[in-house]
Amino acid sequence: MNYQNKENIRGAEAVILSLLNENVEHVFGYVGGAIMPVYDALYDYQDVLIHYLTRHEQGAIHAAQSYARVSGKVGVCFATSGPGATNLVTGLADAQLDSTPLVCITGQVDSRMLGTDAFQETDVIGVTMPVTKWSSQVTRAEEIPEAIAKAFYIAQSGRPGPVLIDITKDAQFGLFNFQYKACKRIRSYFPHPKLNIGLLDEALKMIDASQKPFLLIGHGVTISKAEKEVKAFVEKTKIPVASTLLGLSAFPSHHPLYMGMLGMHGNYAPNILTNECDLLIAIGMRFDDRVTGDVERYAKQAKIIHIDIDSAELNKNVFADIAIPADAKEALQYVLPKLKQKHTEDWLNQFAQLRVKEQTLIDAQLYPGKGKVSMGEVIRVVNEQSQTKPIVVTDVGQHQMMSGRYFEFNEGRSFVTSGGLGTMGFGLPASIGAKIASPEKGVVAVLGDGGFQMTIQELGTIFQYKIPVKILILNNNFLGMVRQWQQLFFEKRYSFTEMHNPDFLTIAKGYNIQSNKVFERSKLESAVKEMLASKGPYLLEVDVEMEENVFPMVPAGASVSEILLGNEELN
Amino acid sequence: MELNTKIQEFTLSVFTENTVGMLNRVTIIFTRRKLNIESITASNTELKDIYRYTIVVKTTLDMIKKVTAQLEKQIDIHKALFYTSDQVIYNEIALYKMPMTSDRNYDVEAIVRQNHARILSVTSEYMVIEKTGLKEETQALYDLLKMHGLLEFARSGRVAVTRPMRKLNSFLDEMEAKTNYDTDYN
Ligand SMILES: Cc1ncc(C[n+]2csc(CCOP(=O)(O)OP(=O)(O)O)c2C)c(N)n1
Repeated sequence: MNYQNKENIRGAEAVILSLLNENVEHVFGYVGGAIMPVYDALYDYQDVLIHYLTRHEQGAIHAAQSYARVSGKVGVCFATSGPGATNLVTGLADAQLDSTPLVCITGQVDSRMLGTDAFQETDVIGVTMPVTKWSSQVTRAEEIPEAIAKAFYIAQSGRPGPVLIDITKDAQFGLFNFQYKACKRIRSYFPHPKLNIGLLDEALKMIDASQKPFLLIGHGVTISKAEKEVKAFVEKTKIPVASTLLGLSAFPSHHPLYMGMLGMHGNYAPNILTNECDLLIAIGMRFDDRVTGDVERYAKQAKIIHIDIDSAELNKNVFADIAIPADAKEALQYVLPKLKQKHTEDWLNQFAQLRVKEQTLIDAQLYPGKGKVSMGEVIRVVNEQSQTKPIVVTDVGQHQMMSGRYFEFNEGRSFVTSGGLGTMGFGLPASIGAKIASPEKGVVAVLGDGGFQMTIQELGTIFQYKIPVKILILNNNFLGMVRQWQQLFFEKRYSFTEMHNPDFLTIAKGYNIQSNKVFERSKLESAVKEMLASKGPYLLEVDVEMEENVFPMVPAGASVSEILLGNEELN
Repeated sequence: MELNTKIQEFTLSVFTENTVGMLNRVTIIFTRRKLNIESITASNTELKDIYRYTIVVKTTLDMIKKVTAQLEKQIDIHKALFYTSDQVIYNEIALYKMPMTSDRNYDVEAIVRQNHARILSVTSEYMVIEKTGLKEETQALYDLLKMHGLLEFARSGRVAVTRPMRKLNSFLDEMEAKTNYDTDYN
């Protein structure tokens, strides 16, 4: 079917045709007055442009985000003006911080009513400006194809991000002759730097000269599809590698040169040794404060090579000796044939020794043996029982950190979490997007009892479309992560973090979702097996230890080398 | 390091498309970091459809570098450059509305002459004096006229051109040359 030209159509149909020209297959959204013409046009295309009606616009955008992150394509969502559009704001901010390509299309009041406080009018462009990569308001049908073409180009080029196109109702109704032309260039936008060979050669020399080099990878590796190149880099040089939270799954967890996760609740050795290496090679990561701890005391002894496609990230948080604006994959492809093996045995040994120190803690988290079930234990069991590794989607809190620590990944794009914004409520809708993007894979959503209830309405979407996601609720009856901070830094004054929860199984039942609840360790394995083996959606609630803490931990304001194992008082 | 953290005055030249909401996109980068804009002016440039914002801020070198990078990252911004005050030639314009009086101590002609100002308009009730110059100069005249019953005063933001002999064109050509446009996203 040719969607490129069509005469005398409405702007609304042009929206749909433009999306089809961009090879969009799935859309998440919610109807309303100002977007009705678009939905009316969609009615005729619902076989080729599959739409999912979520239960809240926030659900739609989180689903679209996760869809984008799992598929590598642009996530698309629709919302109406006013409250529909403002409900997208959290997802936009999340996508902006986590570099997620999105095109959001919002309806707007008639252009003649703009600025008059018309019914359901909000200045959506004004509201979303700080949380979008780009946005544009369209008031004439003729402008629609070009605006959408630009939106797709901007969303996915360079450092990806969310784009919002606000279309007035009269533009949706306007008639014109449609013609689509993809956007390849915008004269004021330089998204993709050509390789700077001089800088890369300098970096090679620096790598050559280093004794204790350390590679840090982030989301950029996944975005540029450079997983293979990173693996080749590490295997050729024998340089140890660690990942940020968002970089997880870009590197196989079981690899002998993989040292684990960086940052506040990351692994012990990579945090400590960040302050002992002589060279940090950071690729596709942005030295977020959750990774660096106190920047004034971050890797001061080391030389730093920083490769990122977004020049504004270079020298922003951490000063780099060699700052290279580049696509991760292209940069790696250039350096790979020129790299030599390094003798890192002693250096790797340092990691191994520190790993031993952390192992006691890991064992306690994964095999507590007595007391209530622990979060780590549940994750270990899910991990062990998964024949093929699922895509893991999480919410935000303790369970998220435990998931990052203990799930094992052997394929890219199999961990989806809200990193930069830390958005509670992300997990459940995100699991929907992940499953739609990758129907052949299992999807496990790991949620806290708090975050689950922030977007619990999306059970309705799962029910309506029979989306077979596995929902795993680690119920500690607390807003656990905040409670942990209250315990550690606010003298255990548990101010408004305790939760009296409803019976989640009854709720699941209402949505016709198979469910089960586990209280005892002895029942855990069989319950997990049953969940993983089930055909449809499934909710498994596990009653976990109420006051478990996530360790190791770099307390806020501390240096990465001051990471705590949680047994410090005892030593 | 000392220099990087010293607060000083910078003049930014930000070259943009003329899209609706552009000013907003520019200013939120400053608001986010709680930077107060001392003055801002917009005008067209020697290149067709490219606009120039001249922005004056007081901050550190360290901060201005980051802000400039974040400005340049905006899709509709072509280029953002920052200069210290000695790297730009700049001026402001001020208008002073004065009552017509018969005050003997007030010799308008002399004041205008001594301050290199000029008379822009005269009516039976008031006259308007115009002066271009640095802020200190227009301020000095303000202080003087204030004593003689100044009715109204307005001062423009800074307009500036740069000392280095480099054209905007060449910056834009350089950015294009450094960009890879080959990626196919579909
Ligand atoms: C929308 C939102 N509100 C508040 C927070 C602050 N916050 C971070 S973690 C957390 C607790 C999460 O509790 P729960 O979902 O039960 O997960 P747990 O930490 O117990 O695993 C809170 C309130 C947040 N991240 N997002």
